[in-house]
This record gives sequence, C-alpha cells and structure tokens, in this order.
Amino acid sequence: MTKYIGKSVKRLEDKRFLTGQGKYTDDIKLVNMAYAYILRSPYANATINNIDISEAKAQPGVAAIYTGADIPESIAGVPCGWQVNFKNGDIMKEPPHPLLVRKKVRHVGDGVVMIVADSRAIAKDASELIDIDYDIHDAVTDPKKAAEPGAPLVHEELPSNVCFDWELGNPKDEVAAALASAAHVTELDFTNQRVVPNAMEPRSAIGHYDTAYDRYTLHTSTQNPHLTRLLMCAFVLGIPEHKVRVVGPDVGGGFGSKIFHYTEEALVTYFSKILGRPIKWTADRSEAFLTDAHGRDHVTNAKMGFDANGKIVALQAYTYANMGAYLSTFAPAVPTYLHGTLLQGLYTTPKINVDVTATFTHTNAVDAYRGAGRPEATYLLERLLDLAALEMKVDPAELRFKNFIPAFDGVTQPGYQTQVALQYDSGNYEPVLKRALEMVGYEAFRQEQANQTNGKLLGIGFSTYIEACGIAPSAVVGALGARAGLFESAQVTVQPTGKVSVYTGSHSHGQGHETTFAQVVADKLGIPIEDVEIIHGDSDRVAFGMGTYGSRSLAVGGSAIVKSLEKVLEKGAKIAAHLLEASADDLEYNDGKWTVKGTDKSVAFGDVSLTAYVPHNYPEGIEPGLDFSSFYDPTNFTYPFGAHIAIVEIDKETGAIKLKRFIAVDDVGNVINPMIVDGQIHGGLAQGIGQALHEGAMYDEDGQLINGSYMDYCMPRADDFPSFEIDRTVTPCPHNPLGVKGAGEAGTIGSTPAVVNAVIDALWKGGHEVKDIKMPMTPERVWNAMQD
Amino acid sequence: MANKISINVNGKMHTGAIEARKLLSDYLREDLSLTGTHIGCDTSSCGACTIHLDGKAVKSCTILAVQADGCSVTTVEGLATNGELHPIQEGFKEEHGLQCGFCTPGMMMTATDLLKSNPNPSEQEIRDALEGNFCRCTGYHNIVKSIQYAAKKMA
Repeated sequence: MTKYIGKSVKRLEDKRFLTGQGKYTDDIKLVNMAYAYILRSPYANATINNIDISEAKAQPGVAAIYTGADIPESIAGVPCGWQVNFKNGDIMKEPPHPLLVRKKVRHVGDGVVMIVADSRAIAKDASELIDIDYDIHDAVTDPKKAAEPGAPLVHEELPSNVCFDWELGNPKDEVAAALASAAHVTELDFTNQRVVPNAMEPRSAIGHYDTAYDRYTLHTSTQNPHLTRLLMCAFVLGIPEHKVRVVGPDVGGGFGSKIFHYTEEALVTYFSKILGRPIKWTADRSEAFLTDAHGRDHVTNAKMGFDANGKIVALQAYTYANMGAYLSTFAPAVPTYLHGTLLQGLYTTPKINVDVTATFTHTNAVDAYRGAGRPEATYLLERLLDLAALEMKVDPAELRFKNFIPAFDGVTQPGYQTQVALQYDSGNYEPVLKRALEMVGYEAFRQEQANQTNGKLLGIGFSTYIEACGIAPSAVVGALGARAGLFESAQVTVQPTGKVSVYTGSHSHGQGHETTFAQVVADKLGIPIEDVEIIHGDSDRVAFGMGTYGSRSLAVGGSAIVKSLEKVLEKGAKIAAHLLEASADDLEYNDGKWTVKGTDKSVAFGDVSLTAYVPHNYPEGIEPGLDFSSFYDPTNFTYPFGAHIAIVEIDKETGAIKLKRFIAVDDVGNVINPMIVDGQIHGGLAQGIGQALHEGAMYDEDGQLINGSYMDYCMPRADDFPSFEIDRTVTPCPHNPLGVKGAGEAGTIGSTPAVVNAVIDALWKGGHEVKDIKMPMTPERVWNAMQD
Repeated sequence: MANKISINVNGKMHTGAIEARKLLSDYLREDLSLTGTHIGCDTSSCGACTIHLDGKAVKSCTILAVQADGCSVTTVEGLATNGELHPIQEGFKEEHGLQCGFCTPGMMMTATDLLKSNPNPSEQEIRDALEGNFCRCTGYHNIVKSIQYAAKKMA
C-alpha cells in the first residue's frame, strides 16, 4: 500500500527556508575567521612579469597575501575527472589548472593573488594596491577558430589548441552514401551558444584547519561533497582523506555548476592551516560570471537525409566544442558521451556519425550545465527535423510519427539498441506527442495561424527529445573515460524507538530530497513520514556519496536507499519471527507490522527495532542493531523522453517575440512526488527557454566577457513566461527498484529547440524562409531576418 | 569612520557604530546575523536581498545602513508571528513556490508589498511586480501561484 508514494506531499525542508533559517555557506561564521578576495586577471592571454604586493600587505587588517609562488610545485592544480582519447588513441591534452597562476593567465578571471583580511572589504581594498605587470597577447575565444593553424595558443607547451578529437557511430562513408542517395537532405550550420548557469547563490567556501585534531573542514556550496573531498585530497593537496571533512550545507541551486572541484576550495583549505585561521571566500556575482563553469558553446554543422516517404536515412554531425582555457571536472564527457550518444533521438535513423573536436580557448571553462550535452544533441536533431518539415512541406508532427522508434517496455521486449552506443531502457514515444497535440488543439491552431490578420506572425515549434539520466553504471562510464565510479550509497539507521535516520550520498540543492526520499522510506517501512529524517551533504555523517547531477538522485541514490530498506526488513523479519515464535517465511509485512499470515498475531516495527537494540529475548546467531549500508550501481542509464511545443507570436514591426504558450508532456518513469516533479519541469523549461530567447555569454575578440553582470546578461524574469501547460505519461524504468527515470533536466533539454522552431515556423509563414536565427533570438536578430 | 545608528529590525531596536560605506544588506547579515536576507549580485538586480524599509519593499543592497538610521526594517525573519507562518510563507509552501530557497526571502518580501497595494492582483500584475526578483529554480510558475494563494488567504 502506498500512503506517500505518488502523492504531492508538501516539502518537509520548506520551513527553514521560509523563515530565513536556511544555512548556506556564506551564512556560516567561524571564530577568528578571515576573509579572502581573489584578484583575477583582467586579460585573456598575458604573461605575468612581476607582482608587487608590498603596499597591499602593509594595510591594517590584511592578514596575508598569497601568490602562486606560495604554493609548492607539488600542487599542480585541480584535476579533470574524465578522460577522452583522440581518434588515434592518444590521451586528450590535459594541461594543469593551477590554483593561482604564476606565469601566464589564460582567461579573464584566472586567479592570480589571494588577499586574506579581517573583512572582505579590507581584502578588496587591499587588492587595488597590488600591482601586476602583464605582457598582453592575442586571444582566441571561438572553438572553431581555435582549431585553425596559427590561432593564438592557450597552452604554449601544446602543439595546437585541440584538446581531443572524437568520433562515434557508423563509418562516415556509409553515412555519406546514405545521404547521397537520400531524396532530401537538410543541412544546418548553427551555434549552441555559451550560457552562464547563474545559480542564485554565488559559490562560497570556508576552509578551517583544527590543530587539536590535525583535521580540515571545508564548507562549500557544492552538489558533490564527497567527490570534492576525494579530488582535493588525493589529486590536489595530498592530504589524507580521513583528515578532511567536506560539508555542502544548504546550497542555493547548482544546475551543474557546483558539481566541479574548484580552485578556491583547495585554496581556502590549504591556506587555512598556513594562516592558522579559518578562511572564507564568497564569489560576488561578477566573479561567478567569470569563473563558474559555463555551459554549451558548440559550433555545429549537421546534415539529415530523408527518403521519399520522409523516413530519416542518415545523420552526419560535426561539432567544435569549447572547453575554455582549462579542463573542468567533467568537461570532456559533455560534448562526447553525453552528446554524441544521444543523436539517435527518438528515431529509427539507421546511419549516424558524429565527429567532435574539442578545443581550448582563452575563456572560462565549459562543463556540464543542466542537461549537459543532451540539450545540444536535442537542439541538433529537433532543429533539423522542423526545418526539414518546412523544406519538404510536410507536417512536423507527422514527420516525427513516421520516424519514432516503436514502443518497447524493456521487460517483455528488449531495450532499443542505438547506432551510437546506448541501449534505451524502455520507451513509448507516440503518446507524448499525441497528448501534446491534444493540449495545443493542433488543427485549430493551424487554422488560426493561416487566418491571422493582426500584423503579427504566429508560429509553432516542436521538440521530441530523449535523454540519458540516472548516471551511471560505473563499469560503462569507466570504459568511456570516467575516472570515478557513479554508483550511490545509502545508510538506513533504524533507531531503537523505530525512528529512522537515512544517510544518503545524493545532495539536495533545491530538489526536495528530504521529502521525496522520506516518502519512499515511510512507505516501504509503513511508518509515518514524520518518523523519517534524510541526512545529506556532510562527509562526516554520510560515509560516501557521488552527489547530485545528471538527474541521478532518485534513480541511483533512491535505489541505494531501497536496497538498505530491504535489508532492514529482511533482518527485522527474523527478529519478528523470533518474537512471534513463527517462521520468517510465514510472516508478511504491512502497515508497519509483521503478521503471521492468516492470524491476528503481529509485532510492530517499533517493537522489533527496540528488540534489536535491547536484545534480551533475541534469535540466536543474529547481531544486535538495525542499521544497513548499501551501494547501488545501476545496470543502465535511464531514458526519460517527452514532447514540447512552443507557440510564439512575432511583431512584424519590431521583431519582438512573445512566447504565448508552452506545452510539455514528459515521461520520467514512475513519479514519487508529482508536485516536485512538476516544479523540476517548470524550472527546466525556464532555463531552456531562457537560452532560446534571452541568455548568452558574449566574449569579445580580446576575450573580455562583455556581459558579465546582471545589468548585461539577460536573466529570464517572471514576465518573460506564460504559465506552463504540462502533463506526463508514465513508462516505468525496468531496471531500478522504483521504476523512476529522473526529472531534473528534462525541461531544459526539450524546450530550447521548440522555441527556436516556433520562431522559424512563424517567419516561414510570413514568407521569410530563413534556416536559422542565432540564439538568443533578440528582436534585432528576428527583425533583421525579416528584412531579407 | 564609525557612524552611530539606531534601527528597528523586526520590532527590536539595534543601536551600534558602523562604517559609513556598509550596505544595509551587509549590516543585517554581518552585524545582526540575520542571514535570511541573501546577496545574489552586485548590481541590485536579483532581489534576493529585498526587505521592508518602513513598510516598503527595498533591495537592501541598494542603500547604506546609515541611510536606514531611525527607520523600521522587516526581514524574512520577521514575517512569521509567534511561530505561525505568514500567509505568503504558507502560500510558498502549499504551492511549492521554492526549491533551493535562496531567492525565496526576497520574493516573499516583494510579494507582501505587492499584496499591500494590490490585494487581488492578476497573474500579469504578479509577474510584472516580480521583474526585480530572479529565481533560477522554479520558472516562476509556482511563485505566481504562491502569491495568488496568499492573496486569497489574506482577502
């Protein structure tokens, strides 16, 4: 019986946030704490001749000033956690990412000097008295131009700016032959522009060394406390892991940008011991713009071929992916195994080849941002499909129905083997698009569009996407280059009174795990949800964890909890059997008690837990206690999918776009808390739509981020959106115990191309047969498109 | 140079000497440890630091603490009375108007000011009123519903 699973239980964590009692890293104040400010390079490519800190150091209240020279050579910098090899088998280029630069800065925002003072204001004031003599060089910011011969080198010790090249799928000649024989080929050159994650809480880190215990504590705004500890201890500072506690307290959003191990975390940890004081660093928003790992930034050429009946016969994609100046933790995985592997989409395309060149540029690092590679893959496919429909004068929805992979449940029917390495777990694609069309009122809309006379252009855009979540089977990702396992762990401690503490390696920074996970635990144990507490984000309390990203928390972290719950119930049954003087096989567990089948003899969960800790009358050969840890390593990714439809209206006079409606029908497998899943979809949609209409990081030729503040970077606001119209279908995941697939990224992955497609559709209806409008689709860009 | 100020915050008088350049947001967080007021930007754009100054919603990073001398300030910590949630707090809970919680205090302070001047706002009026408050988690969808919930409750 489920009392909680499937219900919109109100969030248990809300109260502290609603009353101002959330505890984010910057809210933490330690005794004798000092404050760090990092002086960063104002140039994208420059050699440091001299750093003069003498005047700054003499300022009252300045505790210390550190430069690269204060860091031992043995500390090379922060590592990359994913290795991709060149096509010829060579290992990717992996230059060091120093904590503070000694000689050469490689992007605007590269850290050069750390000033530590009694207050942040004093540290900032002192930074203005530091004199750094730079020789400035030419920069390159575009990932394609960076690969050209003669481009300014980001790392002069490397032969070129190419980090790696990579290819996946069918042989190129087979794809070329299929394209050559196609009845129609749609080709598109486009840029999936760089965006800035913009979690509302800027990153913050506090390092604290405790001399009494010879132990460090790092509080940091991270999605990933244990991995941060592992990377920092083993690969950066060389500190024994058991001597470091990493806490990710309340974290104000992540969206990928807080997965990674950043230089500032290692700096405050390392120098807290040297200084003998806790050191806090908190980014201001300008620093966040310059240093939080960015997302996307692909330059792509793609061709999709169709036969005379509209069946896709082949896809060829070439992409240049911008890595930025240094490799961030998961950066190489994004344009490769999270992008190339998704180019099957929902379609039966028999020949697919994807070719990726990743390059270094004089820009901030690019890494996973909500969706991570899958939005880029979806954008590529869905833009091509809608454009092909316009070019071939067929209906874009019909074109999709024609090409969908037939339904398969992954249980009685096998998973679907793609041309690009993955095997989809379960899928039923027609119903999501059918439902979305119903919600739109498709026929009526097309009539309205045809009859429009108000000086505006109406357009409709489609996107039917698939993603790979529940990251990930360790052996699989290991074979693909991951330098970490991607399992999850969970400990379930039943207290003597029957209250339950659950320690999960997943990390909540807005996703509501304290509620969703508690729903699962309460239902499986048949106890009130109030009796369950979910604990996360502290390496001293949670033994191990791999953190939250890739929509993995419930599918992987939740499954680890279920494994521990099963162990609790199995042992509990043995204790109950002893108390009931029955065989464990004759018992059934329901509503929080074990009952001898066919009788009214029962013993409650709380009595069994008490017996486990007060084992006076106790079965022989069984240890006291009711406490189990589990590690869950999934056997496959999960594959959520959905259909998104955007309706836009363009003002012919100004090019302004109004997003009139947005319909999303998503299938994320089983749903534990519909309210929370809806919230995840809403937020994802806003980020995806934001990329289409508003957002984009802009570097000029010199490598300056010219819109690095909220005065310049267009963050989506409440009045930019209509209320979203959402629904879902349910195709359970066949390979995890909860049947869940993950909902964190779906909204972002599906929505971006739907909006662009809607604008292109509107323009075609107005007689402007343009293939592409650069994102973000500003009124100016749209207006210009109508002048041709 | 230190300047003496007296500010009533959430019904309690605070008197102290502070640097003239200190922002009200920093004063609340650092001097009074009222860390429910958040700082999300340096350009007075994001609204996470919104408080009430003499009853009106103000971004506390746009004014100096010394400018608030003699004024009355309400922060998110002062919204609930005797442990009972304010209708706007209840609305955000009931309608899932928050995820990470970082923008939430500012959102609620802006929303309560809106409801004071416009007790029955339309969806568009709510969206317009929130243009100075960023949220990256919710897509604003449920924030709008939370404010509608509070409006109904307060009517």
